Amino acid sequence: MENNSSILTSLTINSKDYKLELLPWVSLLDTLRERLNLTGTKKGCDHGQCGACTVLCDGKRILSCLTLAVTKNGSDITTIEGVADGKELHPLQKAFIEHDAFQCGYCTPGQICSAIGMLREGKATTREDVKELMSGNLCRCGANSGIIDAIMQVKEGIDHE
Amino acid sequence: MNSFDYKKEITVDAAVKAAADNKAMFLAGGTNIIDLWKYNLTNPEKLIDINDVQEISTIQLLENNGVRLGALAKNAATAYDPLIEKKYPLLSKAILAGASPQIRNMATDGGNLLQRTRCYYFYDPDVPCNKREPGSGCPAIQGCNRIHAILGTSEHCIAVFPSDMCVALAALEAVVNVTGPNGDRKIPFADFHKLPEDTPHLDNNLEKGEMITSIDLPPNHFSKNYAYLKLRDRHSYAFALVSVAVAFEMDGKTISKARIALGGVAHKPWRVPKAEELLRGKKATMENFATAAECILAGAVGRGDNDFKIPLAKRSIIRACEMALYPESQIPGAGPSL
Ligand SMILES: Cc1cc2nc3c(=O)[nH]c(=O)nc-3n(C[C@H](O)[C@H](O)[C@H](O)COP(=O)(O)OP(=O)(O)OC[C@H]3O[C@@H](n4cnc5c(N)ncnc54)[C@H](O)[C@@H]3O)c2cc1C
Ligand code: SF4
Ligand code: FES
Ligand code: FES
Repeated sequence: MENNSSILTSLTINSKDYKLELLPWVSLLDTLRERLNLTGTKKGCDHGQCGACTVLCDGKRILSCLTLAVTKNGSDITTIEGVADGKELHPLQKAFIEHDAFQCGYCTPGQICSAIGMLREGKATTREDVKELMSGNLCRCGANSGIIDAIMQVKEGIDHE
Repeated sequence: MNSFDYKKEITVDAAVKAAADNKAMFLAGGTNIIDLWKYNLTNPEKLIDINDVQEISTIQLLENNGVRLGALAKNAATAYDPLIEKKYPLLSKAILAGASPQIRNMATDGGNLLQRTRCYYFYDPDVPCNKREPGSGCPAIQGCNRIHAILGTSEHCIAVFPSDMCVALAALEAVVNVTGPNGDRKIPFADFHKLPEDTPHLDNNLEKGEMITSIDLPPNHFSKNYAYLKLRDRHSYAFALVSVAVAFEMDGKTISKARIALGGVAHKPWRVPKAEELLRGKKATMENFATAAECILAGAVGRGDNDFKIPLAKRSIIRACEMALYPESQIPGAGPSL
């Protein structure tokens, strides 16, 4: 995949540094999945409509399908593979299991990355707010109520700290 | 898929120079241009990445007590900026009614003005479309047109401009600052986007090679009486079928100034100054709101599937005017679904 139009790009992904020669039109999503074999991040629509490809870039949730990887030179990316602390699952991962917040699991990595970003943004107060601010992640299995329950549990834990 | 060259520029001057190249395009948040590129609807030979042009990425208070939005300020950062939340809550609300949190984290204020229509035929290269291929025809006029325009259409195109943010910017009478090969100019918001007429391939009056550098919000904030109402097929993360931005200045129960802009109904945010004038000096009553709504929708034409938008728009205007009297009752970011 290397030719003279490829661009040297530095990315920190899940705390590991990468230097990659990338063609400018390759999405961050394809870079993660096809180049680095980080297949936790999912491709649903590839057009910004489903949220399955959500990752955190410098702490903010973005869609990796509409992001050209070369534009993120120097950025810090977190994918679902990087949210746990070693063997200790992220509180949202635990809550998703506890609330059975999935059926097929395809939307789950995007849901969890998006929820991490949302909680960090700190704009949600009520359950209604959480639903609105998680609306960028679609679940075709309809596991939504479990998803919102899981997020609310973690959110309330943080709020009570 | 087509390949392209890529270059990051970090100053306005360098970016504008780079754009003189005929087939070059600016890349901001990428949420529209990358999507269109994947559908083969846009074929830049070169993308000029302007995301690191720091000089136009901030939100600043102006000397006249207005606010300047840098073209590269993100939609989310704008909606949640304390200055915007306080002074221009109408703009915050409109932005938060659009797209999704992830998209708003990526999308820029300049890019939002230049997003293209969501007409289904425009996206389908196997059918004609005057916007995509001038002179090929408009299948929407006789076809599926549930999401299409009811005002200001032409026999060549009935597409709508899909932005929410721009509906608020129209009501606030923002001014768009641009820089190009021939220098700088200021474009009043009402003149920025255009009607389809016989040139539907052009969405706006920006000239080739021109770059939006910022958007100025005038000192009149309308921070007391405002509403953004968005009606759509699902509760969130969908484009408007009809949206309404209302801003009032009140003198007791009397309206001293009214601004009403509609989204989802035309090729540009739709304002009718005559209707706003009708409300001036009048009491804030349902009857007066209904009169204004009739005036705004005068001349509306349905094409079949979108006939419902005419009564929907009228009722939405009346409701949004009522909401503007009690802005604190509005849930942030949420708009009712149909
Ligand atoms: C699934 C989905 C749902 C959406 N829903 C909504 C919605 O409900 N409401 C809504 O309002 N929007 C919605 N959007 C659209 C979104 O708001 C726009 O895509 C976004 O605002 C575009 O900004 P950007 O910075 O990503 O632009 P880009 O995609 O980077 O650029 C768009 C165009 O503008 C040009 N450009 C960018 N910046 C400049 C500049 N400074 N000067 C000159 N030219 C420039 C580019 O060359 C390109 O042609 C949705 C998008 C998606 C993908
Ligand atoms: S309405 Fe406009 S964009 Fe849609 S098919 Fe007709 S010409 Fe094309
Ligand atoms: S794959 Fe990115 S939003 Fe669907
Ligand atoms: S669990 Fe299957 S799509 Fe959400």
